[in-house]
Amino acid sequence: MKQILKNRLLIFIGLFAIYGIIQILLSTSILNDYYEINIVLMGINIILAVSLNLINGFTGQFSLGHAGFMSIGAYTSAIITYKLGLPFPLAILVGGIAAGIAGILIGIPSLRLKGDYLAITTLGFGEIIRVIFLNTEYVGGASGLSGIPKYTNWTWVFWMAVITIVLIRNFINSSYGRCCVAIREDETAAESMGINTTFYKTLAFTIGAFFAGIGGALYAHNFYIIQPETFNFMKSFDILTMVVLGGLGSITGSILSAIFLTFVYALLQDYAALRMVIYSLLLIVVMLFRPEGLMGTKEFSLKKLFKKGEKSNEFTLN
Amino acid sequence: MSKSFKFTSFIIAVLMIAVIFSGCSKSNSTSTSSDTIKVGALFELTGSVATYGTSALNGAKLYIDEVNKNGGVLGKKIVLLKADNKSQSDESINQATKLIQQDKVIAILGPSTSTNTIAASSVAVQNHIPLITGFATAVSVTVDPNTNKVKNEIFRACFIDPYQGSVMAQFASEKLNAKTAVVYMDDKSDYSKGLAQSFKDQFEKLGGKVIDTEAYVAGDQDFKATLTKIKGLNPDVIFIPGYYQETGKIAKQARDMGINTPLLGGDGWDSPDLLKIAGASALNNVYYSNHFISTDPDPTVQDFIKKYKDAYGTEPDASAALVYDAAGMLVQAIKDANSTEPAKIIDALSKLKDFKGVTGTITINSEHNAVKSAVIIELKDGKQNLVEKVAAQ
Amino acid sequence: MKTFIEQLINGLSLGSIYALIALGYTMVYGIMKLINFAHGDIYMVGAFTGFFASTYFHLGFIPSLLLAMLVSLLLGVTIERVAYRPLRNKSKISILITAIGVSLLLENGGIIILSPQVRTYPQIFKQHMYSFFNGIITISNQQIVIFVVSIIMMVGLQIIIYKTKMGKAMRAVSTDADAAKLMGVNVDRTVSFTFAIGSALAAVAGVLVGIYYNSIDPLMGIMPGLKAFIAAVLGGIGIIPGAMVGGLLMGVIEALVSGYGSSLYRDGVSFAILIIILLIKPTGLFGKNVREKV
Repeated sequence: MKQILKNRLLIFIGLFAIYGIIQILLSTSILNDYYEINIVLMGINIILAVSLNLINGFTGQFSLGHAGFMSIGAYTSAIITYKLGLPFPLAILVGGIAAGIAGILIGIPSLRLKGDYLAITTLGFGEIIRVIFLNTEYVGGASGLSGIPKYTNWTWVFWMAVITIVLIRNFINSSYGRCCVAIREDETAAESMGINTTFYKTLAFTIGAFFAGIGGALYAHNFYIIQPETFNFMKSFDILTMVVLGGLGSITGSILSAIFLTFVYALLQDYAALRMVIYSLLLIVVMLFRPEGLMGTKEFSLKKLFKKGEKSNEFTLN
Repeated sequence: MSKSFKFTSFIIAVLMIAVIFSGCSKSNSTSTSSDTIKVGALFELTGSVATYGTSALNGAKLYIDEVNKNGGVLGKKIVLLKADNKSQSDESINQATKLIQQDKVIAILGPSTSTNTIAASSVAVQNHIPLITGFATAVSVTVDPNTNKVKNEIFRACFIDPYQGSVMAQFASEKLNAKTAVVYMDDKSDYSKGLAQSFKDQFEKLGGKVIDTEAYVAGDQDFKATLTKIKGLNPDVIFIPGYYQETGKIAKQARDMGINTPLLGGDGWDSPDLLKIAGASALNNVYYSNHFISTDPDPTVQDFIKKYKDAYGTEPDASAALVYDAAGMLVQAIKDANSTEPAKIIDALSKLKDFKGVTGTITINSEHNAVKSAVIIELKDGKQNLVEKVAAQ
Repeated sequence: MKTFIEQLINGLSLGSIYALIALGYTMVYGIMKLINFAHGDIYMVGAFTGFFASTYFHLGFIPSLLLAMLVSLLLGVTIERVAYRPLRNKSKISILITAIGVSLLLENGGIIILSPQVRTYPQIFKQHMYSFFNGIITISNQQIVIFVVSIIMMVGLQIIIYKTKMGKAMRAVSTDADAAKLMGVNVDRTVSFTFAIGSALAAVAGVLVGIYYNSIDPLMGIMPGLKAFIAAVLGGIGIIPGAMVGGLLMGVIEALVSGYGSSLYRDGVSFAILIIILLIKPTGLFGKNVREKV
């Protein structure tokens, strides 16, 4: 027990150290706005990837509609701050809740489906959400909403990402989360063990959607303008790529690959079309040689790195 | 702990170190050398509207190369740093930030579409760096719609949507004696919607009636269904404010279906590819407004067309010509200001008067729009004929 | 009535093209349970091959078509061999991601190699309109070409699948790959063959689109790819007649939505159809419900 507390304390100190160092670098302009945009983007991508991993990796429900939930969070929060002039924290919360509600509404009917069919349905729902925004003049139609105040900064993104990771991790390690993993491993067996699969699937879907909405809210307040086109199915693929590259069922994997891919993307920016070619080749090569993703279902932990052979009970599921 | 896991951890550790170091080395290397002027070229080089972006970049390059060949400006060479916004607004912001913060450019040319320009403008305004767009025609590009204040740093080389729309409405009503019109617009484009709105307003003001508004989405291939519907309505004119990739197909499909109504459009129609897409026989009874006409005997125009053809092997489109002029405006402003300080360039740009460009004589007005004359072009078997020159407003 | 028939013909010609693309999707899905996202881009490559063949080598319609089919066929088989085969026994998601990677690669490689400019197809068939029944039905010769070629292709496909040994193998693998293997069917070869046919059909669609709309670009495959995919699901993915009917239906529905409703909602309607069909009858119009065995 003491050991666990000590570890928690260490993690907490570590988090503050990371936060503090980057905050100092940003406020002293050693890292300029361009770095800030990309660091913030990394944080948003971490939130999106971890939340999608809950649905795809831990519960085993193949969703391709994450960009749709993200857009609901983005638009809702933008309406709250930009159109109604209400405070940003409220916008984040409401954005998340709106996306969560959409998650319930979409999840209940579509989670009856399995595998590819579910993937296609969620992709379809994502696109329909986009078409609805496209045809809503109140939010600017195709040209989108511009002039959204920039509230998202390192502080917001960092702590929202931490909250997302901690909550999702705790969820996974709770009895609810174990049920979700059981569904991933064998839905029929889980059901025959008395697990209400529909409930748990919808629950995971809703939580994932909620955090995607939060990611969307942060996104909207970082980029001045949002338009439906930003949230097309390619965005869902991008998030999915992060999850799969990091490892389905590995939170740390999602975090690392979100950081890695955002970085690769920024690094290749000078090469225009070539960048997309390199990016796609990278995808193919990683999938061919390490289809389980960089981390598989394992978690990255410092303890493991230093104390060989000792089995840790943190973060591990399998 | 498996071997592969160790390997992965190692790779990740290396990557993270690489991230940190590359970050450091990058920020050190951005010291500006004093004998060059850095200008950003932020265009849609990939993604859905890559066509405009690439020809726009060609136009900018052509002008800058020329200037450099003739000794540069203020004794310095101009370095054009290109950036790709992938036709996305968030990437526009990201890349504009990069150009300004990392590359320390003193001005930005581009992007081509209104939405992406509005996105990039937020960064330019914040950092007080001049941004000149060639092709973004929406009003809100230079004027903040919330405060109605002119964005000090943002300029354009083209006229705005309301102007073109009303010019064409006037033409339809007075010259073609049209009483009814159908508007067929690109629903994805601010430009198209802006033109459609102003056409509608002006046309109805002049006593005409817009009997139906239809929409397509850029990238569509099949317009026959909607055209069949329009055919049934039998309007006097069809106003199609859009870009040539689609309007060319619309013209072809409309004529194939036996719709011989006059087709009206804006400067988006102007492209050498229009003829290839639509075919000569479809391009009769077509009128559109434009910045210039390529058959204009004016040596500036002919010279530009020749140089462009020599450099890239294709005929320039409106996007290339306008960005060529945008680059010209920037160089002129640097000369006028006799300085490469962004604030002074902005000042010089806002006072720019009678700049002789390929697309006309440009004067910047108080809203940072280019005031210049428009031409109305009629197509006869795909050949351009000047119908009317509309004086600057 | 006249307008309605015109809309119907428009829809059917568009639908034939969707159907040709959808066939490739459905066959690959039937045999590998893979949504081949790169399929729309193979269609693009087919269109470009036809374009180069007819513009630069001045080949006629049939030779261009055959060349386009050959190039796409080789491309499809290569993609399967290099990118999909090593992953066949791995998780479905990783193979799907690979497919997305291949799709992005073809699109952006296309932009680099072919430039993003729109290319215009040469006029292989001079436009003619034919009128029947006092002009109630008007149809262009291009539309006739589309119908004739599509019908030939679909009949040919039926013959291959139901009358040849390879077709039998395809059906066997799609029913149960392991059992087919035990029965001596060469699964690898059958899968390659399926990709070859699917890709060739996509190339036909590409060339037909080039002739019909006469302009092509490297990103042309994205939307038709998605629509054709919806068509395949609508008819019942994995079921060949389903893809044909689904494609035609999609074309007609789109034409009617733009003709009588609003063209703004056309894409939304496509996806709405997808969702409705998936929620009500996920196996599609022609699908049979298969109960999962434990």
